Amino acid sequence: MNSDFRPYAAGTQPPLDVPDYRGTAKRHPLRARHPMPQTITETTGPRFSERHFPVMADMTKSTNGQAALGERIVVAGRILDEDGRPVPHTMVEIWQAGASGRYDHPADQHDAPADPNFHGDGRVFTDADGNYSFLTIRPGAYPWPNHRNAWRPTHIHFSFFGPAFATRLITQMYFPGDPLLPFDPIFNSTPDVAARNRLIANFDLAITQPDFALGYRFDVVLRGRGATPMEG
Amino acid sequence: MGFTTASQTIGPYWHIIEDKALADLTRFGAEGERIVLTGRVLDGDGAPCSDACIEIWQTDPPQSDTFPGWGRANTDATGAFRLTTLKPGPVAGRGNTQQAPHIAVCILSRGLMHHLVTRAYFQHEPLNETDPLLVSIEDPAQRATLIAVPEATGVWRLDIRLQGDNETVFLDV
Ligand SMILES: [Fe+2]
Repeated sequence: MNSDFRPYAAGTQPPLDVPDYRGTAKRHPLRARHPMPQTITETTGPRFSERHFPVMADMTKSTNGQAALGERIVVAGRILDEDGRPVPHTMVEIWQAGASGRYDHPADQHDAPADPNFHGDGRVFTDADGNYSFLTIRPGAYPWPNHRNAWRPTHIHFSFFGPAFATRLITQMYFPGDPLLPFDPIFNSTPDVAARNRLIANFDLAITQPDFALGYRFDVVLRGRGATPMEG
Repeated sequence: MGFTTASQTIGPYWHIIEDKALADLTRFGAEGERIVLTGRVLDGDGAPCSDACIEIWQTDPPQSDTFPGWGRANTDATGAFRLTTLKPGPVAGRGNTQQAPHIAVCILSRGLMHHLVTRAYFQHEPLNETDPLLVSIEDPAQRATLIAVPEATGVWRLDIRLQGDNETVFLDV
């Protein structure tokens, strides 16, 4: 029985050395990763319970119920593995800047108004069919010191675990039509254009809630097990 | 079928979701040999990476109501991380092999477009001599980058060098 997780498909993951993203210069390993067969350390992984990791599906309110400023949005999607099977009951962590493009974080020195009612953290679990959903504020773009006049496109940070240590995924979701996307070295680092563009959410009228909030769909794929299926 | 979603850097602001309690895997009262796993994360200039996220996962002792098997810690201004856990025992390997006690380590940070994976083994474990992964790393100096050394009673140090001299062996898992 082979229950190993498949290698990443060529070009679908960013390289570690991204010259246009200066932060990678001194942090990317120079040696190739050492090949190793997966063991139970890699093919199993942590299970998270809502008892210890409470759901925080509404990021638009402070802990004392005050509303954050900005445009409310619903973000929803489905987590599947590479074979199209849902990833059920897995934890999804979310963090982001507020509407003004500032993080509630001491290291963020961007001169934009902080919102005391928006911390920017969320946590949800997928249902039995791999679906997740949460309510938040559309984040703002923000400058960063990578190069002159560098601005990160509007994005939401996501953390996924899936069933195993080998399925860990940290990524960022972008918004359709963002004029900053062509200039962002982080977004553009993934060589495969289709894989890169899958990080852009789709506006979805079916997720949009009337008189309340626009809806965006962000579907995610985690590594699948076994040999790569033959192309049909 | 589809392809795995592209990774993006965790960035410098992941502390928004940080919970310091996650650095102590014994917080639910697990019983066993309590250890501290500590070390520094250094870049290609030997400078500390002060904004990294270190996650660990171990399959021994098995995950239970009192032992999550998984933890997360930040690195501080000196690049240091510190996790409290239970010392693992041997772990079954592939086929009939046995793996030496180890903890899987996942490194995430600004400047890393994809998380890195390595392992913490424990110096002087007899099984280290026959562990399939350690044996597969021919250069003893490279092998040593995966072996935590005792720093004090119950405290094990594993420094992680992302690039250059004495670069840590990162694993293609
Ligand atoms: Fe960000």
